[in-house]
Amino acid sequence: MNGFFHLPSDLQNTWLGLVGLHLREALLPVLAGLVVALPMAQLCVRFRWLYPPVLGVTTVLYAIPSLAFFVVLIDYTGLSETTVMIPLAVYTLVVLVPAIVDGIRSVPQETLDAADAMGFGPLRRYVQVQLPIAVPAILAGLRVATVSSLSLVSVGTLIGNQGGLGNLLTDAMFYHRPMLAVNSVVTTAVLAILLDAALVLVRILLMPWMPRATRAKRTRADARPEPSAIALEDAAR
Amino acid sequence: MIRIDSVTKRYPDGTVAVDRLSLEIPDRSITVLVGPSGCGKTTTLRMINRMIEPSEGTITLDGVDIGKQPVNSLRRSMGYVIQNAGLFQHRTIVDNIATVPRLLGWSKDRSRARARELMERVGLDASLAKRYPYQLSGGQQQRVGVARALAADPPVLLMDEPFSAVDPIVRKGLQEELLRIQEELGKTIVFVTHDIDEAIRLGTMVAVLRTGGRLAQFAPPAELLSSPADTFVEDFLGTDRGIRRLSFFTSETLELTKSPIVSVDSSAEEIASRATPEAPYLLVTGLDGKPLGWSDPGDLAAGEIAADRLLPYGRPFEYGKDSLRAALDCAVLSPTGWAVAVDGTGRVAGVVSQQTIGEAIRSAHASGQRDEKVAG
Ligand SMILES: Nc1ncnc2c1ncn2[C@@H]1O[C@H](COP(=O)(O)OP(=O)(O)O)[C@@H](O)[C@H]1O
Ligand SMILES: [Mg+2]
Repeated sequence: MNGFFHLPSDLQNTWLGLVGLHLREALLPVLAGLVVALPMAQLCVRFRWLYPPVLGVTTVLYAIPSLAFFVVLIDYTGLSETTVMIPLAVYTLVVLVPAIVDGIRSVPQETLDAADAMGFGPLRRYVQVQLPIAVPAILAGLRVATVSSLSLVSVGTLIGNQGGLGNLLTDAMFYHRPMLAVNSVVTTAVLAILLDAALVLVRILLMPWMPRATRAKRTRADARPEPSAIALEDAAR
Repeated sequence: MIRIDSVTKRYPDGTVAVDRLSLEIPDRSITVLVGPSGCGKTTTLRMINRMIEPSEGTITLDGVDIGKQPVNSLRRSMGYVIQNAGLFQHRTIVDNIATVPRLLGWSKDRSRARARELMERVGLDASLAKRYPYQLSGGQQQRVGVARALAADPPVLLMDEPFSAVDPIVRKGLQEELLRIQEELGKTIVFVTHDIDEAIRLGTMVAVLRTGGRLAQFAPPAELLSSPADTFVEDFLGTDRGIRRLSFFTSETLELTKSPIVSVDSSAEEIASRATPEAPYLLVTGLDGKPLGWSDPGDLAAGEIAADRLLPYGRPFEYGKDSLRAALDCAVLSPTGWAVAVDGTGRVAGVVSQQTIGEAIRSAHASGQRDEKVAG
């Protein structure tokens, strides 16, 4: 373990510093993705015909390699974190939009009728009824998006030390220190597990209203692409 | 008063759900809309709180066209109860009930205090207040639905098949509860159901709708049973409407007799003197005056009563409180053909034969006498 946390000076960062950088580069895009996905999903629920094309576009965007995004973005945002985070934010949409749409569509018609009959306006109904009931499905989507984003940050290495913990991988090759690669992989994995657990905890604390049995069933069904599967797929990029 | 004035609803696909319907819904009573599935009941109800807008015609509330009122405040002045309750699954029971008061701007504390008051009113235990809807039975959820509709004390209550999804025993309890609440609060209730028995049990007035959203008959339940407007209504009422109509006649008119009644401690001579050719059986009562069973006088001749050989007396009816229907039912179920009448405390008030009940039914029909909502 000697030297596990001792990093080459060209990284200009400590291990903890890299962890912080990595988390920021992974989580800000998820947040941005959520902010964009919420209104997009609402539009898709409101105008049903919009949903298939939106799904198609998010899927196509997801299929574009991040390197291609970088090539285009470098002209505008340079060799910066922003250049790394924009594609990551775009990738989250493929998970978040369907998760939110499914969540909002899962609100029973009777519940909506009751809200209408009690004189909820459309905005109040969205904020106080539809959104809260959709939260479990949205959280399931967030779990997938978070883990996926965490593993994708490493590609930032391609534009020079913008890959958070991924920077360790290039250094491992450069300095022939395989321990650095182990460090990168293990730390990323631990972060993924911790964040996932945190989101599960949030759900348990925030949603005492969900029946236990369906709680387990529902998250399994909603997290259609399993987090681990996506992470593996992303690592292959 | 809610007045529906030649209202038609044509959906965009051309379906005519309601066809030139006119109804005057009296205040402070239960008006039931009943008819087969798809006959436009829900559509009619939802036009009253403007969840659906009529294609033609107007609906007025106390003389004011509801189409000219702000829609959300109109809706908040009308409680709405639906099948499966439609509760907010993410809110506690007390917060579900407090929804409309909160919308009306009441403070959280005041709304919750009001909600707890209503839980008691609809027969929900206070311990359920902090539970979530999934932790309640269907019947309890339905009670929450009623409490939620009543929370802001609206003058009007719209109910769309509220009890259809619960089992028959729970449904009967909910119906009785509704009648009790209505007696206390005197709301103007429009109640939709496809169940004619429910309509007759609850309605002060019953509107029978036929497919295509046309009114077949609008009448009090007893009138519906005695003089259905046409064969559609007659068929919809079912084959036993004559029997059901008896629910509206009181058993008070029955002439009871006490002669075939003996106490367990009667003497042999007394027993022997009681049996008549018209009443070959004797009803044996306990020392407390409550019925024990019917006995063949031959068995009693020995002067002692063999309690294990008495015939069951079936279900007695409460004299004056139960209807002629209940009395007839007792007589039909009794192995001797005689019904046992009891008073409020369960002591025997007398017995009556099927024949006597039959005469009472004929004279009741003849006089058209009608007793408001006799139970049973
Ligand atoms: N939104 C709608 N669009 C088209 N037709 C409808 C719509 N809602 C109801 N209908 C039709 O209108 C008729 C009456 O429906 P409804 O009022 O729901 O009947 P009920 O409540 O008596 O079962 C039915 O034939 C139904 O199919
Ligand atoms: Mg209906």
